[in-house]
Amino acid sequence: MASRAIGSFRRFPASKTLRCPGYICRNFAGSSALLTRTHINYGVKGDVAVVRINSPNSKVNTLNKELQSEFVEVMNEIWASDQIRSAVLISSKPGCFIAGADINMLAACKTNQEVTQISQEGQRIFEKLEKSPKPIVAAISGSCLGGGLEVGVPAAFDMMLTGRNIHADRAKKMGLVDQLVEPLGPGLKPPEERTIEYLEEVAVTFAKGLADKKISPKRDKGLVDTFYLTELTSVAMGIPFVRQQIYKKVEEKVRKQTKGLYPAPLKIIDVVKTGIEQGSDAGYLSESQKFGELAMTKESKALIGLYHGQVLCKKNKFGAPQKEVKHLAILGAGLMGAGIAQVSVDKGLKTILKDATLAGLGRGQQQVFKGLNDKVKKKALTSFERDSIFSNLTGQLDYQGFEKADMVIEAVFEDLSLKHRVLKEVEAVIPDHCVFASNTSALPINEISAVSKRPEKVIGMHYFSPVDKMQLLEIITTEKTSKDTTASAVAVGLKQGKVIIVVKDGPGFYTTRCLAPMMSEVIRILQEGVDPKKLDSLTTSFGFPVGAATLVDEVGVDVARHVAEDLGKAFGERFGGGSLDLLKQMVSKGFLGRKSGKGFYIYQEGVKSKNLNSDMDSILASLKIPPKSEVSSDEDIQYRLVTRFVNEAVMCLQEGILATPAEGDIGAVFGLGFPPCLGGPFRFVDLYGAQKIVDRLRKYEAAYGKQFTPCQLLVDHANSPNKKFYQ
Amino acid sequence: MVRALGFRPGLYPRRHAHFLSHRLRWCPRPPALLRAVELEGAKEAPRTRSGVPEDFLSQEGPGDHLVIHPLHFIDFRMTSILTYTFKNLPSTSKWALRFSVRPLSCSSQLRATPAAQTKSKKTLAKPNIRNVVVVDGVRTPFLLSGTSYKDLMPHDVARAALLGLLHRTSVPKEVVDYIIFGTVIQEVKTSNVAREAALGAGFSDKTPAHTVTMACISANQAMTTGVGLIASGQCDVVVAGGVELMSDVPIRHSRKMRKMLLDLNKAKTLGQRLSLLSKFRLNFLSPELPAVAEFSTSETMGHSADRLAAAFAVSRTEQDEYALRSHSLAKKAQDEGLLSDVVPFKVPGKDTVTKDNGIRPSSLEQMAKLKPAFIKPYGTVTAANSSFLTDGASAMLIMAEEKALAMGYKPKAYLRDFVYVSQDPKDQLLLGPTYATPKVLEKAGLTLNDVDAFEFHEAFSGQILANFKAMDSDWFAQNYMGRKTKVGLPPLEKFNTWGGSLSLGHPFGATGCRLVMAAANRLRKEGGQYGLVAACAAGGQGHAMIVEAYPK
Repeated sequence: MASRAIGSFRRFPASKTLRCPGYICRNFAGSSALLTRTHINYGVKGDVAVVRINSPNSKVNTLNKELQSEFVEVMNEIWASDQIRSAVLISSKPGCFIAGADINMLAACKTNQEVTQISQEGQRIFEKLEKSPKPIVAAISGSCLGGGLEVGVPAAFDMMLTGRNIHADRAKKMGLVDQLVEPLGPGLKPPEERTIEYLEEVAVTFAKGLADKKISPKRDKGLVDTFYLTELTSVAMGIPFVRQQIYKKVEEKVRKQTKGLYPAPLKIIDVVKTGIEQGSDAGYLSESQKFGELAMTKESKALIGLYHGQVLCKKNKFGAPQKEVKHLAILGAGLMGAGIAQVSVDKGLKTILKDATLAGLGRGQQQVFKGLNDKVKKKALTSFERDSIFSNLTGQLDYQGFEKADMVIEAVFEDLSLKHRVLKEVEAVIPDHCVFASNTSALPINEISAVSKRPEKVIGMHYFSPVDKMQLLEIITTEKTSKDTTASAVAVGLKQGKVIIVVKDGPGFYTTRCLAPMMSEVIRILQEGVDPKKLDSLTTSFGFPVGAATLVDEVGVDVARHVAEDLGKAFGERFGGGSLDLLKQMVSKGFLGRKSGKGFYIYQEGVKSKNLNSDMDSILASLKIPPKSEVSSDEDIQYRLVTRFVNEAVMCLQEGILATPAEGDIGAVFGLGFPPCLGGPFRFVDLYGAQKIVDRLRKYEAAYGKQFTPCQLLVDHANSPNKKFYQ
Repeated sequence: MVRALGFRPGLYPRRHAHFLSHRLRWCPRPPALLRAVELEGAKEAPRTRSGVPEDFLSQEGPGDHLVIHPLHFIDFRMTSILTYTFKNLPSTSKWALRFSVRPLSCSSQLRATPAAQTKSKKTLAKPNIRNVVVVDGVRTPFLLSGTSYKDLMPHDVARAALLGLLHRTSVPKEVVDYIIFGTVIQEVKTSNVAREAALGAGFSDKTPAHTVTMACISANQAMTTGVGLIASGQCDVVVAGGVELMSDVPIRHSRKMRKMLLDLNKAKTLGQRLSLLSKFRLNFLSPELPAVAEFSTSETMGHSADRLAAAFAVSRTEQDEYALRSHSLAKKAQDEGLLSDVVPFKVPGKDTVTKDNGIRPSSLEQMAKLKPAFIKPYGTVTAANSSFLTDGASAMLIMAEEKALAMGYKPKAYLRDFVYVSQDPKDQLLLGPTYATPKVLEKAGLTLNDVDAFEFHEAFSGQILANFKAMDSDWFAQNYMGRKTKVGLPPLEKFNTWGGSLSLGHPFGATGCRLVMAAANRLRKEGGQYGLVAACAAGGQGHAMIVEAYPK
């Protein structure tokens, strides 16, 4: 039961993190036994059956119906055969065992029952594997997630794992796997190919040993065992009262972490509870039913949608650039510039980091070093790898070496004249093919490129802070930007590991433009006397990862002011709401947010709990406006924020800033923290209903006016219920 | 007599991977017994590399400590003395024979070519560059570390080699222009061990000396540095050599402890001292052992060798067979007195050491019983198919040819073209010979067929065999070496025929000179013009040099 629970725990996240290093699918000189099967074939080496999993035309193996049925077929043959005494399961795809359940299979299901049935079939297989009379060794190389892990985990199983990273180590320590096989270097074949072969050889020897009883199948007690099955816990778990307390504690913790927005973890607790209280059969039944229910939830649809969107945004639809970027130069060693440098050097890009002052440069270099060194502390890198990665970075104060740069990303202060100056300086030293990218969150790219000699080479690359953690990159193209320049920028972004949306130029592009009206509403809500802490809890309980007031502090009050001013000018009254004076006064008092130690909250080194900045009281008091009771309930406050966001996002699609709704959803979730359980603004409209959103907007429009006027596209969707952003 | 040593193998320097044997060599044994074990051959009991029967050592003892049971020991001693007289031939010769018959993968086409047929008889002299000759070279006996040299310091062993060289060549000390030694694990007190040894050996204090380090090819670096000095006309007479004493390695205080001690040195008042001392924690005392692994990858060399063997699909049996061949050939060479570079060494307080003590031909059955030393439980590199930790030193007198002739010497060989190569220290750590061999041959305008004596450094059986497979692979040559065709395989009958590092021992800093002298002596003894010396080294580096026999 224990391992089953873990298996299902991982099943859901697995659908989100389905990922596999890009190995090309290769067919190995397989056994010829039964090549009619498409996903699985097997051969016999001595008395060991080697079952090779290899889904055709896919980079990864996923648990789908065909694979399942072929697997059952093969296993039955193995169990029936007298010659076979043990079996090895192995993937023919280097770097991927089984990545989990096939999302498309689940998405194709129309009802709970269908999913429940699939789950039960899976359970039956796993149960059979667990009770297998012949030892089965799973030889795992690379991703093994969700159901894939379950294939490995059951107690009757013994498995091995290869992988270049520490995860394999950890798995061994946890007692999940028995032996580790280190990846091999070049030999008489490509290393990946030989490594899989070697893994198979070792696994076959191991399987033979198990069948001959030369090796005992017992593992050292690892974490899994100690966690669940040490005597102490099993005794404790025998006492109903203790059990209830444990369920309660776990539930509390899960509720706190998920704010009750994600149904899966709670259902898993239910399943475990059922399993322990009523026996494993009931547990299995409950598991499959709950799994069926979960698959049909809005949250499931939203998350699956995000997964598909993410896959889409990890591709370069502009094709390969004519010249690959190998030398990168970054202007400005601030938080952003250094962050961009960090994600570039560790991908092998030769990177120049230029700043105007030695102190600024030193700070930036230290940031990059610290970022890498933190990985060393976590054992994700060796100190040697850190040093060798860090040597890709050249810090300098002049333009030496820019003549070799293939791309320059400027991350200087958000000031148009300064950006103009550096653009002209840079264009004097870079080669003709070099792309000039501007990392700006709000300044229109066409205004920046106005002074360029070659505007077709100018593009916007909007990174999000902290660059090494935030996955999104928003690329902004002007009408003059050439396709090759875009392809080049996307290629660099992908290399840096980013999820990329490409949008048209315009004030605030897409992300900043969506955020600005919401921020304006945040200020109005604060002016109406809502406490920042209350506002934060309202937004986080809606699913935002960071509270709205905290977000202003994190972004920087001065930046927020800049953006609000610029976009206010561009869009006029529609972006109004809160008073700009609030931000202005904060800036004048030096309350710039986290970076200055004070904003709405007080930030102190080493102090975790945030306290309100009491000096804000007088500012807020001076700008106080009376709340309108008809639109000030907690729910209304949440929806005032969200509907303005959503309305603006839809307007971006309407105006062609966005090319697709999927990019809009990815941008909002990965860049701005739009609640993932809602799947992004467009998915939210589809699932929640355009009519309901328009109704809400109309209600707020009545109270506040133009700022809540729903855009035409949204009204169109409300008028024809068949219209969906995702068909 | 013998007791458990409470020695934790996990902590011990396994830098050169041979820690298993190293572990075992910590058992003191009376010399008589040692000899008995040596001659005993393989039949008696499964033996480890150090000659102690394996069943004496409970490897899985409590806390992983070595435990030796004294009673067993005495017992063994009796039986071995009893059987001593009856055995005079190594029982393993048939195995050795079998090995040499058994072709290693596909060496056939190269083996088929008789060596003498394509003899070029050209010389590799270069216009306007002075010829450099080896007058002679010697070495101390190479001993398992922890045996007779264990109480010495590195410069003592180096001095013995220097004195041996002086004796062998009768070279007047004052003609020596320069002295260069290679070493790897440096004794901090004698970091320029070349100078300390030279002074002690009575060389003129006007003769400068320096020490070089390049892992297992340190002595090669010492020689080629000398070649450079002579060829460029800076010197006429150079002594090059190398030394390693693995019986004693510097073990440091932890960084924290060192920092505290250094700060204490600077502290002026009692108060400052006390405040420093108050920061002392017990974990400051945990010692820092010399690097146990490749610094850049943190991987021990044995581990890398095991992966290399797996990458080239070299089996355990192949490795054991190769190791057995090395030991059998070394034994034969030793018995026939071919190892003429060895000079006796009277160790202070101990008997005179006259020969290498690591040569122990065993049997495949017994070797097969050993557990893998690095990749457990399925690896293939064991203590028996790895070279062991060794103490020893070598020295060589090299001169400009005209100088040697003017002094009336009859040189043994020319030192000709040489190359250094380097590659990925992770996955190709030990493939140096594969890369260096074709490069040096092309540089010299020779082919594999021109070479009569191959002397390759044997770090591990698996490493040698992986190199063979790499040299014999078109795929490897095309994908990793930028060559159109494979390098080709050295014919086994010309390869390390007097044993190699696996059997003779491998004092890291001294092996290079042994390889060159073995090549030179083999050419003199067996005929032939060219010898090829090649070696791999930590850091993913490698070296090869052409040795040309001096016309008789």
